[in-house]
Amino acid sequence: MATLPQPPMPVVWRSETKPHKFCPGCGHPLVLKALGESIEELGIQDKTVFGCDIGCSLLAWDFFNLDTVQAHHGRVTPVIVGLHRANPRLVGIAYMGDGGGYAIGSQHLVNAATRNEKIMVLLVNNTLYAMTGGQMAPTTLPKQKTETSPYGREPETTGKPTLGPEMIRAIAPDSAYVARGTVSRLPQLKRFIKKGLENVVSGKGFAFIEALSLCPTNWRTNAEETWKFLEQDMHGYFPVGELAPEKGEE
Amino acid sequence: MADKPIVGEKRAFMTGNEAVTWAALAAGAHIMYGYPITPQNEIMHYWTRMAPKYDRGFLQTEDELSAGFTCIGGVLAGKRAFTGTAGPGTILMQEPLSMAEMMRIPMVTVICQRGGPSTATVIYSQQETRLTCFGGNGEGYRLVYSTAGQQDLFDYTIKAFNVAWKYRFPTFILSDGYQSKMREPLTIYDPEERGIKMVETEPLLGGTGIPGVDRDPRHLRNTYNMEDELYQVVMDMDQEYKRIAPEVVEYKAMETEDAELVLVAHGIVSRATEGAVRVLREQGYRVGHFRPITLRPFPGEALKEAVAKARRVLVVESSMGQLAGMVKEELYDLSVPVTGYFRPGEGITAEEVVEQVRGR
Repeated sequence: MATLPQPPMPVVWRSETKPHKFCPGCGHPLVLKALGESIEELGIQDKTVFGCDIGCSLLAWDFFNLDTVQAHHGRVTPVIVGLHRANPRLVGIAYMGDGGGYAIGSQHLVNAATRNEKIMVLLVNNTLYAMTGGQMAPTTLPKQKTETSPYGREPETTGKPTLGPEMIRAIAPDSAYVARGTVSRLPQLKRFIKKGLENVVSGKGFAFIEALSLCPTNWRTNAEETWKFLEQDMHGYFPVGELAPEKGEE
Repeated sequence: MADKPIVGEKRAFMTGNEAVTWAALAAGAHIMYGYPITPQNEIMHYWTRMAPKYDRGFLQTEDELSAGFTCIGGVLAGKRAFTGTAGPGTILMQEPLSMAEMMRIPMVTVICQRGGPSTATVIYSQQETRLTCFGGNGEGYRLVYSTAGQQDLFDYTIKAFNVAWKYRFPTFILSDGYQSKMREPLTIYDPEERGIKMVETEPLLGGTGIPGVDRDPRHLRNTYNMEDELYQVVMDMDQEYKRIAPEVVEYKAMETEDAELVLVAHGIVSRATEGAVRVLREQGYRVGHFRPITLRPFPGEALKEAVAKARRVLVVESSMGQLAGMVKEELYDLSVPVTGYFRPGEGITAEEVVEQVRGR
């Protein structure tokens, strides 16, 4: 069988487990590719441990040629914190969704940030719980319809969407690196991820990166509507960019 | 950096929490993860005072979920990692413990039982017995040592690190607030000088070599897609647990050979029941005593032998029959009646037990 020319993939890309397990049109593989390239460019494949959460992020459990662990919902942060505390030589990455990071695991995220743990949290925000069938998440946009907000999210009774990086920036020390990227600007997202990794590798501090992502399966959108929802609705509510510390602390 | 925490052996007069800490130090525990809850706190207090002197780590987490999951992380990094908790903390700890059970993580957990349900009290209780043995959404593939005083706490804490890393099942020291807080004389020692070799640890993640280049990557998970896949995982675990059980079980039988009545108790309550047997024997009662030291796996065969000639079994415990349930399960096919003296959340004295036996 003739092999079609393949796009170049990072060396940590584990071809034995491809094609990957994500839905067509999912944003996770884009985020993971950016992460994989960053790991390769920094030459840290031999000391990186990748942890994933529950939800769609767990489908990355065998994605890479990296040592990996898949944890419970919201708990990948403490698993990676504990690992890094026990062996600070390792580069720990906690990979999760918005439900895992901002709802069930929010206490772990908040406390890891305030303790300035030298790990990177990479959180993929697709505005809902995708693996469980599309329920409302802390990041669901106002009026957005999900399985548990069938008439549209009502901020009056369910609150406004969580601004994760803004929250982390407010509580983490200045030496923490905080950014929000998007899968529609991959080179920028990769730059953020790389800077986040450099921040933890150098021992400077915590790194938190939110990646705005896509979920056509649960959004029930076609290709055009999918990108429109990301680039208009999501970008409109969640500002993309690095979050610099307020001046004055250090 | 100081040398060994304990050189040779020496007599000491300590609380249980102090004994656990010295044992963990002597056993070469690398790092403790913990969250404050009474009556476990002083393990952290002693540990944080001594750990820096011996280059050991500590992390105070945001809750018991985190204490358990960070402890798993520590084990994944290849370290002798432990945690301790009690009561409502033991409830929260079931989540990480169920992951540890599924992934065969050799973490060591010290449970300092307190009264329940809910917040309740902080000293006497054996109400976390069932939770420690069978908590979580699994089958109870755990190794649980129920201690009966400070010497036990020292000896079995050292042992816990070894059996955990030898057999790769989460391992427990089941104590209680009374043992945590009371002082008793004991002998503390350097395990090596007693001929106890500490089982080597190894990184489960982040070992040497480039994954995918020099070696295969380690991909650890607890999620399965297919029923058959999970069934096989559980059955393999079950088989392994049953295989090692005879090597792990421990118990203490006393005066059971001719006993018409066998008292069964675990943990600190066994001190009262043993005392009662001595008194009752002097008074001519044919009473024996059986104490399971491991509650998981349970020494069922030894218990059956111990009650072979008994006309009655009396289970004595500071809960409403959590041990009695296990005893009944083991003795199901025997005709000997199993009765109970239950004081949930209360201490039990030898005098009370004597009275119970004589009053019958």
